[in-house]
Amino acid sequence: MTRLRQLLPFALFALAMVATQGLLRALEMEYCLTQLTMALYYAIVVIGLCLVMGYAGQVSLGHGAFFAIGGYTSAVLTTHDFSRFKAAGWAGGLKQLHVFVGQQDLFGNQIMTVSPWAAFFAAMLLTLVVATLIGYPALRLKGHYLAMATLGFGLIVNKTVLGTAAFGAADGINGVPEWTLAPGLTICGKSAARVSNYYIAATLVLALLLLLRNLLHSRVGRALQAIHDRETAANAMGIDTAAYKLRAFVLSALLAALAGVFFTHYTAGIGPSEAGALKSVRYVALAAAGGMANLWGVTVMSTGLNYLSLRGLFGSYDHAVFGVILILIISIAPDGPLKPLGKWMGGLASRLRPEGRREHGAA
Amino acid sequence: MDAGNLTLQYLLSGITKGSIYAVVAIGFNLIYSATGVLNFAQGEFVMLGGMVAVTLAHFVPLPVAVAGAVVIVALVGCLLEVLFFRKLRHHSVLHLIIITIGLSIVIQEAALHIWDEKVRSLPYFTGNEISSIKLFGAAISPQVIWVLATVAVTVAALHVFLKFTLPGRAMRACSSNPEAAMLAGINIPNMRTLSFGLSAALGALAGCVISPITMTHYESGAPLAIKGFAAAIVGGLGNPMAAVLGGLLVGVLEAFSVSRLPAAYNDVSAFAILLLVLFVRPHGLFGRPGGEAVREH
Repeated sequence: MTRLRQLLPFALFALAMVATQGLLRALEMEYCLTQLTMALYYAIVVIGLCLVMGYAGQVSLGHGAFFAIGGYTSAVLTTHDFSRFKAAGWAGGLKQLHVFVGQQDLFGNQIMTVSPWAAFFAAMLLTLVVATLIGYPALRLKGHYLAMATLGFGLIVNKTVLGTAAFGAADGINGVPEWTLAPGLTICGKSAARVSNYYIAATLVLALLLLLRNLLHSRVGRALQAIHDRETAANAMGIDTAAYKLRAFVLSALLAALAGVFFTHYTAGIGPSEAGALKSVRYVALAAAGGMANLWGVTVMSTGLNYLSLRGLFGSYDHAVFGVILILIISIAPDGPLKPLGKWMGGLASRLRPEGRREHGAA
Repeated sequence: MDAGNLTLQYLLSGITKGSIYAVVAIGFNLIYSATGVLNFAQGEFVMLGGMVAVTLAHFVPLPVAVAGAVVIVALVGCLLEVLFFRKLRHHSVLHLIIITIGLSIVIQEAALHIWDEKVRSLPYFTGNEISSIKLFGAAISPQVIWVLATVAVTVAALHVFLKFTLPGRAMRACSSNPEAAMLAGINIPNMRTLSFGLSAALGALAGCVISPITMTHYESGAPLAIKGFAAAIVGGLGNPMAAVLGGLLVGVLEAFSVSRLPAAYNDVSAFAILLLVLFVRPHGLFGRPGGEAVREH
């Protein structure tokens, strides 16, 4: 029974996703699914950031950069022509393994590129290495050194992308090929595949949430919780706080890069603004808006707000809106607006219930 | 121009930029020492100083405009402390840092809507764009002299203020031991407000003197904040005077990297120094290990 109860939010989320699609179809507004899909991918970055902010108690101002590392690695490997290695023995071997695939470029020339799957694994590996290199020294220090290190790191990535011709400089990279996950399931921006791509993104978010829920209910999660509550006490209990913080940081960087890879294939390109400081700050704002240590709150808030932003609802105040959200949430409701709301609703419900049947702490 | 003169030219340009980073870094340190908050909005004070002075300069003579800008931005700094940080004292440092990030965006966007996205600048304090002074064979703008002189005087004045005046000493007492300072009858909240005001005033002054050279733009604050940050870390967080050396070092390294690397990678070198120092000597080049820098608030 309790197990079922724990899975209830996941079922509700799935139901809400299906209902949204049904509603948009009924209203003939299915074009909205495109922005919703993009917002879901952005939500993955914010969900990952939750681990760092909500559980490890640190701020990362470089998650836009990890998103960009994922996206750019994928984009470069799947669009760059490796034909000149064709004659080499190792290239033939890699082709046998489907690491290299032949395809046509925008002008119809036959080129040889890395397959999307191989590029995906390369992106993940690169992110793993980079995040460990940044996180290892920064997380060993007390205080908020991670914020500074990631801020500097994010700017390096942004400026490098802007200044390097191989990354398309200010134009970014276009013409990223579609990614066939399984027969019939292709990540691409074609309007015919809009609904299936929406469900791919929704399923991915759901799967990652399940994964993180299980992780947070395990030994690792309890350790992170203890670190968040009181680091010194956690240390005294024998928890290697620096190691757990590093794992949380690396995992969240991997989630950001994963989102970057999917997003790049979906929109068929990526630009330097994805690595910008304002993007990273926006992720922090969204994590704060969702309540940091609240996976559901963060998922709902970041999908919703990013969707509105992508539809252009905030106009020229787009950045300002996120700045104001950041200030207001932290100064009024540092645990996020959903928690006090939920408490208030809970209080209301228990008051309405007959005397003596009040129960608290059902969770 | 021979190689020696070229080197001198780079050195002077680096010192000019570096002295501005130094002022921003001092501002960081003042707030960090007094409140434990890393103020990500520090660069916005520099931007606001330039913007307000440019607007005031349309109505009043230049010196009055600069003074007015410094006073107005100092008041903005005090206001921010009273509105956001005084009330939220019980919040964790993590939350306070996040608020400064939010403030930085909001101030930038407010500047975009109050003024516009155009680049503007104050007139040269003496001479104009093409006037130059020969110094050991290198040609420099008189404005560079203004920048260096202003920074030198400001840093000296700040040093005297912190070391020899009562409010200055009270401020240092707050940062080294708030409880003891409170017991000695120092009004700590007011000292914290003062640190924000002072920090904002310094930033605004830097924003005014640098405006004729680098121009002022609603987005020009953030990069300065990060370079200033790098300078503060390189010098050692919590030590305002070491920040001056840190700032000059970052500025000079940046100027020389321009001669070696493509201009697009200009900023990369500054941030790479930041990361390197952070990882190798987190207490700064001039700080002691286990000192202020790694103190937990």
